[in-house]
Amino acid sequence: MATIFEKELTDLKGMVLKLGAMVEKAISDSIKSLVERDSKLAADVIDKDPQVNALDVEIDEECIRLIALRQPRAGDLRLITTAMKITTDLERIGDLAVDVSERALELNEEPQLKPYIDIPRMTEIAQGMVRDALDAFVKRDASLARDVLVRDDLVDNLNWQVFNELLFFMIQDPKTVSRAVKITYVSKYIERIADHATNIAEMVVYLVEGKIIRHMAVPDDRKKD
Amino acid sequence: MVKELKAEVKKLNFYYGGVQALKEINLPIERRKVSALIGPSGCGKTTFLRCFNRMHDLYPHNRYEGEITLYPDNINIISPEIDPIEIRMQISMVFQKPNPFPKSIYENVAYGLRVRGTSKRAVLDEKVEKSLRGAALWDEVKDRLHHLAFDLSGGQQQRLCIARALATDPRILLFDEPTSALDPTATSKIEELIIQLKDEVTIIIVTHNMQQAARVSDYTAFMYLGEIVEYDKTDRIFTAPSNKLTEEYITGRFG
Repeated sequence: MATIFEKELTDLKGMVLKLGAMVEKAISDSIKSLVERDSKLAADVIDKDPQVNALDVEIDEECIRLIALRQPRAGDLRLITTAMKITTDLERIGDLAVDVSERALELNEEPQLKPYIDIPRMTEIAQGMVRDALDAFVKRDASLARDVLVRDDLVDNLNWQVFNELLFFMIQDPKTVSRAVKITYVSKYIERIADHATNIAEMVVYLVEGKIIRHMAVPDDRKKD
Repeated sequence: MVKELKAEVKKLNFYYGGVQALKEINLPIERRKVSALIGPSGCGKTTFLRCFNRMHDLYPHNRYEGEITLYPDNINIISPEIDPIEIRMQISMVFQKPNPFPKSIYENVAYGLRVRGTSKRAVLDEKVEKSLRGAALWDEVKDRLHHLAFDLSGGQQQRLCIARALATDPRILLFDEPTSALDPTATSKIEELIIQLKDEVTIIIVTHNMQQAARVSDYTAFMYLGEIVEYDKTDRIFTAPSNKLTEEYITGRFG
């Protein structure tokens, strides 16, 4: 039979997952609002962000309460501290989805510069990373978390590709600069989402194995700018 | 930094008559550190602690096997050739309930020294003061050293027992649940004291209170069914133990 504390931990995981589901939807809606030029959807993502913020605070408060009252140890302690850190990353992902939506609102006011191909691909990978990192959190699956870490390079490479392509547009025709810069921003936001997913995955490895793997070996092409 | 050992337990077995209570225990005891023994009731932690000062010799049919080597002398504490009375001077025990002798505060602390044959007043005075200071009790009792020890509060009596243990300049101090009969304020005073004492003496503590082990110790050994299941740095045991059984005990899933 589950103790009260075990039930509280299960509920905490549920809250983190709920937050995860909210930001995943925010990511896909924000990109959809750009690709399909749907400004109403973009506004909707922005309007829903306070809900993400509120749940972020709620999870923090619950974690602090559990630490104070239950004095968690070992695996329980790692679960609660991991939930706290993951939540911060999820909230930042929510903010990035808002940033994407704001750029979409601006870009939707002007003629489309080019069809979006790489950005939806990047988004799909980044979103899969967030989903799998959270899945790894719930299942305490360190190998799935490590798989997420590897995928960060794909997103970085696509971001670089998008940047070079837009650079070419800008050199060819200065009238494209305003739009092209905004699209490079979007690409950068997605790249940052993948970075946050990486943070989450690293925390999951800590949760499962008790080892902190952050900042261990950062390959050259993963260095932050 | 190279670890310096004060004692080392090697293949220790202990039997109460025909019943084996400790099985193949191996454990390093680091010098001037606090080592905590934790585990569910009946796991053998008190039995193990009592081996260190030969308390089991007080009853017939008890039997030790293996070694507890005391450094730097390299003597085996549990060898029959070693005098248990002298061992108890060097390895003192503080018990669960404060147990002062029905004597004055002064005489409680001086007792071990008198047994050793010290009778010079000046020497005794100096030792008594030093020990009472060491046990953070001096300021509270210096004006009534010749009052009966029972006049003190529970927490003060426990610190008196610590002073009594310190008087013979022990190499190791053993604590068996030293705060289970005390209120939270007295408990935190004893815990502070334990942390201070490790500057001078090696400490082994048995405690039921896991948070206490977490607060005071540098190393923790988890015992179960007479065996050491896991031994590691305390922060490791309380954040990421290696053994599943330790994890379950530490997180309150059993025991």
